[in-house]
Amino acid sequence: MITLRVNDKAYKVDVDPETPLLWVLREQLGLTGTKYSCGIAECGACTVHIDGEPVLSCITTIEDVSGQDITTIEGLQGWIADSLREGWINEDVSQCGYCQPGQIMTAAALLESNPHPNDDDINNAMSGVYCRCGTYPEIRKAIHHASSVSSVSSVSWGVDHEKK
Amino acid sequence: MKKNKVDKGRRRFLKFGVMGSAGLVMAVYFGTGGEKTKKAFEIWNKDSSILAPNAWISIDSTGIVTVRVNHSELGQGITTALPMIIAEELEADWSRIRFEIAPAEAVYKNPAFNSQLTAASTSVKTSWDILRKAGAAVREMLIAAAASTWNVNVSECRAEKGAVIHTTSGQRLEFGKLAGRASRLPVPKKVVLKNPDEFKIIGQPLKRLDSSSKFNGSAVFGIDVKLPGLLTATVIHPPVFNARVKLFDSDTIKNMKGIRHVLEIDNGIAVVADSFWQAKNGADTLKIEWTHNEIKDLDSEKLLKRWGELSNKEGKTIHEQGNPKEALANSSKEIKAVYELPYQAHATAEPMNCTAYIHKGICDVWAPTQNQDAAQEMAARITGLKYENINIHTPFVGGGFGRRIAVDYVAEAVQIAKMIKAPVKVIWTREEDMTNDFYRPANTNVIKAGLNEQGFPVTWSHRIVGPDHMAHMLPRLLPSFLPYWIPRSLRDLVSGIANRVLPGVIPGKKISEGASHIPYAIENINVDYVEDDPGIPLGFWRSVAFSHNTFVVESFIDEIAAAAEKDPFKLRLKLLEGKPRMQNVLKLAAEKTGWTNENTNGLSRGIAFLDFHGTILCFIAEVTVSPKGHVKVQRVICAVDCGIVINPQIVKSQISGGIVFGLTATLKSSITVRKGRIVESNFDDFPLLRIDEMPVVDVHMVKSAQPPTGIGESAVPLIAPAVTNAVFAATGKRIRRIPIDNQTLIMR
Repeated sequence: MITLRVNDKAYKVDVDPETPLLWVLREQLGLTGTKYSCGIAECGACTVHIDGEPVLSCITTIEDVSGQDITTIEGLQGWIADSLREGWINEDVSQCGYCQPGQIMTAAALLESNPHPNDDDINNAMSGVYCRCGTYPEIRKAIHHASSVSSVSSVSWGVDHEKK
Repeated sequence: MKKNKVDKGRRRFLKFGVMGSAGLVMAVYFGTGGEKTKKAFEIWNKDSSILAPNAWISIDSTGIVTVRVNHSELGQGITTALPMIIAEELEADWSRIRFEIAPAEAVYKNPAFNSQLTAASTSVKTSWDILRKAGAAVREMLIAAAASTWNVNVSECRAEKGAVIHTTSGQRLEFGKLAGRASRLPVPKKVVLKNPDEFKIIGQPLKRLDSSSKFNGSAVFGIDVKLPGLLTATVIHPPVFNARVKLFDSDTIKNMKGIRHVLEIDNGIAVVADSFWQAKNGADTLKIEWTHNEIKDLDSEKLLKRWGELSNKEGKTIHEQGNPKEALANSSKEIKAVYELPYQAHATAEPMNCTAYIHKGICDVWAPTQNQDAAQEMAARITGLKYENINIHTPFVGGGFGRRIAVDYVAEAVQIAKMIKAPVKVIWTREEDMTNDFYRPANTNVIKAGLNEQGFPVTWSHRIVGPDHMAHMLPRLLPSFLPYWIPRSLRDLVSGIANRVLPGVIPGKKISEGASHIPYAIENINVDYVEDDPGIPLGFWRSVAFSHNTFVVESFIDEIAAAAEKDPFKLRLKLLEGKPRMQNVLKLAAEKTGWTNENTNGLSRGIAFLDFHGTILCFIAEVTVSPKGHVKVQRVICAVDCGIVINPQIVKSQISGGIVFGLTATLKSSITVRKGRIVESNFDDFPLLRIDEMPVVDVHMVKSAQPPTGIGESAVPLIAPAVTNAVFAATGKRIRRIPIDNQTLIMR
């Protein structure tokens, strides 16, 4: 039995400790928002947060993250999530949508460490997440939008952030 | 919902004819319309308070309007665009519109193919008239219901934003309140449609209806389908195409944790387990011996050599006008070039997968597919069940690009579900996905032009050497185009014959699309085709034959301009004389760019033009080439005339999406074959374009009152020639083989 802490909930799972976190999230915990696309850490679709840092869940075994704080797209909350959601809806980013959870989790980690990224910062942070549909221009705009929203409203949303 | 398709009247029919020694030659005529379709009450589950008088619209008592979308949502935005068309004529409140993907049903067939198929950028084009009329009819019913409620004349009432208003008194009743009463009224046969200048919804950049579920992870893709007792399978396909299983030793993995079954299926070996990771580990461990076949020595480089030799042969004439040979002999300058295009993979973000469950004589299939009819036909063939007992559910699809027109993954899921008598989800690994695609065909093109004394082309000849995708796809898909009433035995017989006969008959026509009829006024033209099919499975790849032919045509027009020392924009403009709609698009792109073919600030410009099934586009790419030969596309200016624009934001997304798709093929990745195997297997050796490589995209849409045309594929063919023409402007080097090899561009 391995204990996993996902989206503020504790789960005990009885699987091979070398199983990638991705498949445990998807199949054991039913959190299918995190996506499989390459399985070899090349595309970023499976990005989740471990203790707030973006991590590729397709090559991360569950024994390595047991006891750590895991956040998936389903559990992404707070002012960054809200401002990203606004940006994503405002720019109508998604096409097929399959890579978007990975894009959003990566963008959230970027804004957490750098609330006002410029284009180069966005390139550096986001270049590991592929989008075959080509939503890159909208992703860029959505991150800028989220960044501007959060800077305007960070005072009121700061409370939320504190709670988190 | 009970389905009964067997006794439906059909106008389309099969025509057989025996012709000479060729044996049975078959011609299939697809009629459209005339089919008896299900009545509205059979299509929608509804009670008496719901108004659902046609296959497309259902309005409940709370005023929620549900629109049935008969196409798969692949990301192209169809679950927004089609509801917008209905909402416009219905005078609906956009905030109350919902959508659902239609089940497989005769009424939901795409009229372009008479098959329920999301393909060839036909969704908006074919739905435009049908959905406008459907929306207008329901609007009239709601107005009539309101008029009878108020006991006033219908002419005194109008619909607006989800309600009917009595113009003189100002009384107002919402659609939801009128739905029950309206449902008892007759459906009007004739309706008046709005004038485009009255449109309030069409033309607006309304937000996509599928956005929010795709933000929070709740959108259900095929790979996300959940069922009680669901097992997961992964399939190992032959490493060399068409090889068969010779030997496999299931004992070695049977005792591994979670492994339930190891099965030989038509397409390879399936390992079924409690979870995907267990199935994958089992598959990785399993030892399989495969038979060999004639493809085992196949090699991309050898193929290119062979096609080079074959290009000296006269081909099958696809299109001829004037007297090209004589014109060439009389021309004052002759130019010739050879272009080589590789195989390409679809590499959809979501790997192939499908879920099937056969229970109590019903087969449920959750298929992320572009082809509901083929999925249903495939399940019927495997299970022996009638169509009425096969339910095709279409979840969100993580990218299609034509890959999911084939239904091989559906066949696997249904076959395994039948063998193990349990619900099963088949998930391919990325490696299986990359190496078992239906690829965009590779080909070699020899192209010649003769110029007159003024430097204008008077003759043009284009020879394509290689395989034709249609020879692979039509035999596969044919059974799904056949009328429902054709019994199984005859259906299988027809497919068997088609499989043998069609590949010998059809090659040439489809592979030359985009080459056979170029928009330019050139008097003498010859396009011919030399068939050589090495047997690698082929399919439809976003924009299909245009994806290679436009590269050849638009590059060579540029070569002509260079040879004649003419401006490539002005040359195209001249060759499009008498085609004002096309010239207009060309001029718009040039005007928005400030076209000049001279380098400015290290930026070089390349132009390309295309008429893609009535969608007219011009791209101007601005690139830089570093001394080390690295090509960076800085900006792409696109002018497009796609008729009436339903949603400009979606048009922009499809253009920039097509650019990204095409740029991956121009700058980064292709499929190569060595020793009969596909070399590339994942995104490490088939990398996609990244966000930092993305150019700025400026899209300019021509304002039009013409009916809408398709947009989903149209950008793909243009980006390669626009970029390579710009590279020529920058370096003087002509790229005739893509992806671009940076080595060839190093400045010396």
